[in-house]
Amino acid sequence: MITVENLTKKFGEVTAVEGLTFQVQEGEVFGFLGPNGAGKTTTIRMLCCLISKTNGEATIGDYHIGKADDSLQIRKMIGLVPDNVGLYDDLTAFENLDFYGKLYEVPEGLRRENIERFLKMLELWDRKDVRAGSFSKGMKQKLALARALIHEPKILFMDEPTANLDPESAKTVRDFILEVKKQGRTIFLNTHNLDEAQRICDRIGIIKTKLLTVGTPEQLRESLSKPKTQIRLAQITESLVSALRKIVPNKIEVSGDNLIMDVTDPDKENPIIITAIASAGGQVREVTQLVPTLEDVYLQIVKETK
Amino acid sequence: MKISKSWMVAAKDIKVFLRKRYTLYSMVIFPVIIGIGLPAVLYLVISRQGKLLGIQHLTDLLNAFSFFFVIGASAIPTLLASYSLVGEKVEKSLEPLLATPITDSKLLLGKGIGAFIPSIGSLYISSVVFMVLSDLATQSALGYYFFPNWTIGILLLILLPLMSILSVEWSVIVSARATDPRAAQLQGILVVIPMFVIYVATEVGAIKLNTTTIWIISGIALVVDIILFFLSTRTFQREEILTKWT
Repeated sequence: MITVENLTKKFGEVTAVEGLTFQVQEGEVFGFLGPNGAGKTTTIRMLCCLISKTNGEATIGDYHIGKADDSLQIRKMIGLVPDNVGLYDDLTAFENLDFYGKLYEVPEGLRRENIERFLKMLELWDRKDVRAGSFSKGMKQKLALARALIHEPKILFMDEPTANLDPESAKTVRDFILEVKKQGRTIFLNTHNLDEAQRICDRIGIIKTKLLTVGTPEQLRESLSKPKTQIRLAQITESLVSALRKIVPNKIEVSGDNLIMDVTDPDKENPIIITAIASAGGQVREVTQLVPTLEDVYLQIVKETK
Repeated sequence: MKISKSWMVAAKDIKVFLRKRYTLYSMVIFPVIIGIGLPAVLYLVISRQGKLLGIQHLTDLLNAFSFFFVIGASAIPTLLASYSLVGEKVEKSLEPLLATPITDSKLLLGKGIGAFIPSIGSLYISSVVFMVLSDLATQSALGYYFFPNWTIGILLLILLPLMSILSVEWSVIVSARATDPRAAQLQGILVVIPMFVIYVATEVGAIKLNTTTIWIISGIALVVDIILFFLSTRTFQREEILTKWT
């Protein structure tokens, strides 16, 4: 559905994104993770034909970005939720959606039907005749989502849709995104909310001007962080740690009453470690297998690029 | 070029103008002042000076007052267009708008129509009121109804639209650099200065405002319109808008 090859954007001497190559399959939710200024918004803007590319190729469906004739076709098949919602404050919720529906050439009957359906789904139907300027941030974000879907696009681009929202509004927006995902739409999601990416995205790309890695959340976790075992003891002594170092060649960290050890094969190594602790006179209170989070992966990758 | 999308943008802008107190006042106050205020001045002058005011002086005054509509046509569209363009910039609504299947030229045309129609509409309504009230005020002194005549006909039907277009195009150019609507309006209103110079020139007798003069001013306005059209379309490019306007 989206194919990107060696896509580069420069603003004068500044390279905003460089050599991006990835694919997004139909019906997939693809997350773009990266720090501020990493080039996430620039990538979305290029894919939505809002700004030109400097180098490389990208296709949306069968259309090429950068070709004037194709740009209009691409914009017909996509919906955009920008980082700033950009609603018309002096128009009502209904009028905002109706205006965009007309621009997307949605027939009047279907337009009204979609407006009602989306506003009801997002719990805004009761406020359809209220000016958008009086809406809370969360309500505006929901209205921007409805606006992006008014023409039922095949692909939805979202630029940090839950940024600065309160937890309740963020949850409503996330639930709505999951609902859209169920409808089989392709979603390209820019975010720096790692938890959100992990919960919503099928695959994640980590970007910092260049694309650093791409994979499913599980693949990313497995590929980059070694598993760790955390053992809480009644007391940690020097002799106990020394005894352990003889049988556990990996790094051992002491944190309060806890020993944290890098392990390669937890099922095999944990019983040996616990036996060794017991032999050295230690009392095990709790054993926890630490699973690396996406945050660990993200921070590690971004740190490595510095 | 199908301009239905331009009309959609224009209709949306006009709806917004009518809801915002500031833009509504911009559309109404100046036309009311010239449509009612200037005939009232004429009435007072005639009632106080009577026949001391010569017929030639009175007709010159009526022509000079007619020129206020040209000043209005250069000012009101600027106020609306600047508000519309910089307003979109401030509300960050240009990005989702540009993501729709509308071309830059249709969007620009829509913005232009949205500022042009309410401006020229209010000035035309005002001109009818002005002509009727002025005729009522001056008929006894002149012995005939001065309006309508060819001079105001050309002024309203040729020069007024040309000046309104010029005003909109100028607004597009100045809006590119402005970060708030008032700043854009301050720069935009500079277009009024040449019109004021012409008005003062007519008042001091340096220029006689007749059909020939109106045609010459219209010709100059047309040339400037064409030049500004190219400059404004070059300014209004989506990449420029999203990366440099914001």
